[in-house]
Amino acid sequence: MNETKLIARNVDVFYGPKKAIDNVSIDIDNGIVTAFIGPSGCGKSTFLRSLNRMNDTIAGARVTGEILLDGENIYAPTMDPVALRARVGMVFQKPNPFPKSIYENIAYGPRIHGLANSKAEMDAVIESSLTKAGLWDEVKDRLTDAGTALSGGQQQRLCIARAIAVSPEVILMDEPCSALDPIATAKIEELIDELKENYAIVIVTHSMQQAARVSQRTAFFHLGNLVEYGETSEIFTNPREEKTKDYITGRYG
Amino acid sequence: MIGLGFVGWFAARGRARLLYTGRGSMHSMPGYHGWHMALWILVPALLAWAAWSAIMPGLVDGAVLADPIAAQLPDGDMHRASILADARNMAANPDAVAFDPLAQELAVPMRAAQSRFGMIGGILVLIVALAGGGYGFTRVRAGFPARTHVERAVLALLLIASLMAILTTFGIVASLLFEAGLFFKDVSPIAFLTGTHWAPGNARGVDIDGNFGAVPLFWGTIYIGAIIAMLVAIPLGLMSAIYLTQYASSSIRKWVKPILEILAGIPTVVYGYFAALTVAPLIRDTAASLGVANPSTESALAAGLVMGVMIIPFVSSMADDALAAVPRAMSDGSLALGATRSETIKKVLLPAALPGIVAGVMLAISRAIGETMIVVMAAGAAARLSANPLASMTTVTYQIVQMLTGDQEFNSPKTLSAFALGLVLFVVTLILNIIALRVVKRFREAYE
Repeated sequence: MNETKLIARNVDVFYGPKKAIDNVSIDIDNGIVTAFIGPSGCGKSTFLRSLNRMNDTIAGARVTGEILLDGENIYAPTMDPVALRARVGMVFQKPNPFPKSIYENIAYGPRIHGLANSKAEMDAVIESSLTKAGLWDEVKDRLTDAGTALSGGQQQRLCIARAIAVSPEVILMDEPCSALDPIATAKIEELIDELKENYAIVIVTHSMQQAARVSQRTAFFHLGNLVEYGETSEIFTNPREEKTKDYITGRYG
Repeated sequence: MIGLGFVGWFAARGRARLLYTGRGSMHSMPGYHGWHMALWILVPALLAWAAWSAIMPGLVDGAVLADPIAAQLPDGDMHRASILADARNMAANPDAVAFDPLAQELAVPMRAAQSRFGMIGGILVLIVALAGGGYGFTRVRAGFPARTHVERAVLALLLIASLMAILTTFGIVASLLFEAGLFFKDVSPIAFLTGTHWAPGNARGVDIDGNFGAVPLFWGTIYIGAIIAMLVAIPLGLMSAIYLTQYASSSIRKWVKPILEILAGIPTVVYGYFAALTVAPLIRDTAASLGVANPSTESALAAGLVMGVMIIPFVSSMADDALAAVPRAMSDGSLALGATRSETIKKVLLPAALPGIVAGVMLAISRAIGETMIVVMAAGAAARLSANPLASMTTVTYQIVQMLTGDQEFNSPKTLSAFALGLVLFVVTLILNIIALRVVKRFREAYE
């Protein structure tokens, strides 16, 4: 049985005076993929970013309510957002490798967290991260090439490898395939499916087919509210809410 | 003439309006016909005026020389020209005092001739304007493409405006090259660029090469502008840019940035006072209290420090731009891996922004080594090859000022050396600027 990794209770997110997320409560389990779907501007990315406190970096953003990671409130004053982000990794919409070599891109995180004590250990971390991200065979002979020289899909897998390298417990993905072609997208989806064994994965996506393909649970957001949350198969075949049904049948959004 | 242009504009537009019977009835809107006519009045008239101004002095002089009083003029060309110039001056300004009584007498026919030819010129210009206007007026027709003509004229005007700056630059380079060429006829370029003894005042006869060694000047320039000033400007400018882009709240940024930019707007001569009257004595007294024997009031350190402060806004605004040009996704990526803000700045932002920062520093150096007033006031005149920051030192710009001010014979190597120094300075700053702009350009491409 899967245990619950993240629990959100009555979460509101504000950008200045504007309320972007209104009273959202949700449980996210380990070992499965949870998808957030909804029309543009519904707050799904905002909510995702509040799960690893990336909203802290936006001036004027404010989060109220409780978000518990393994029972610990991540917005408690004693919680260090830097330590939190090492446990809750993130992959962004557009691949954003650093302008460094492939090797250095992956080594960046382990180095700042002191995860590898020798060159050999670091090499091992690099190889295992790239292997898990399904990129090792493609780049093993050119680890010193610039990360930015890879194709878009490879860059995104590099970013996933980079996130994996610091051994997070949760991986948040913010529309990770929206800038990629269908073949690269298929590879990333395969990868997500493999990764879910070891991590709690949350993915924000615009594509309902993608949500249906990769996720086990789906949350539908609309205008800052969590409208419906349940098993993906349920949501897509037998939604309880009228709004959800309208959205997944393409009536709006 | 402008009035005439207005009249033409209204006349042509009025006539065009009479012809205008609705959309599509004419090629161009009436306003364009007005402009077309105004241009026909103004441009030929201005050309005629310019041509007349060019030939009028010759005509006036001819008339004055025909006057019986002019018969008393001496034969020598130089002398004659100087008396005529004097008379011209008297004619323009009756209160002026003439050196020669003859000039006083000649002023009367001079004034008469000037007003006569001035009148002729005025009438000529008026005729040209009217003729141009008349021609322009006859062309107001429904099918006449006035708009195309006017737009072509505007295009020509813009082209001339942009060529003006380029032509001026070429003129400057040409004059520098020409004068420096004269200098290098007397002094060997090798002696100039490698010699270490600078004493243009002593340069006489055979010993000329030995006294024009410019190395101490280059050293002073580099030491003050590129070393001491940059030791101040780079760390402070960079740190302020990091603070302002990464840490400062928007309200602090709103206050600090404009104040920093004011630094760039202070006239350099004011920095010069500050360096000479405040910083230099302070440095001298501090040095004396630390036991340095006979510290000089004029020191490379004082000039360099103040110059560094002057350059801070330069470095900081270039670094600011470079840091701001690094996509937010970069810092987000780093922060999401659990890096702290300072780790992100050190390991991701600064390396990514480095080319832009380097370019900014190069532009700052080229600005610093071309800077004149601060070194004139604070660095001193002694050409000295020394690494002692408390010593008085001189720079290329300071020596240029020295060579070209005061009473000098214009063709002596001493005066001409200013142009050779200027040329070296020009070439060095040009190279720095080109490299910096290249780097900035490549850097921009990398993120677009």
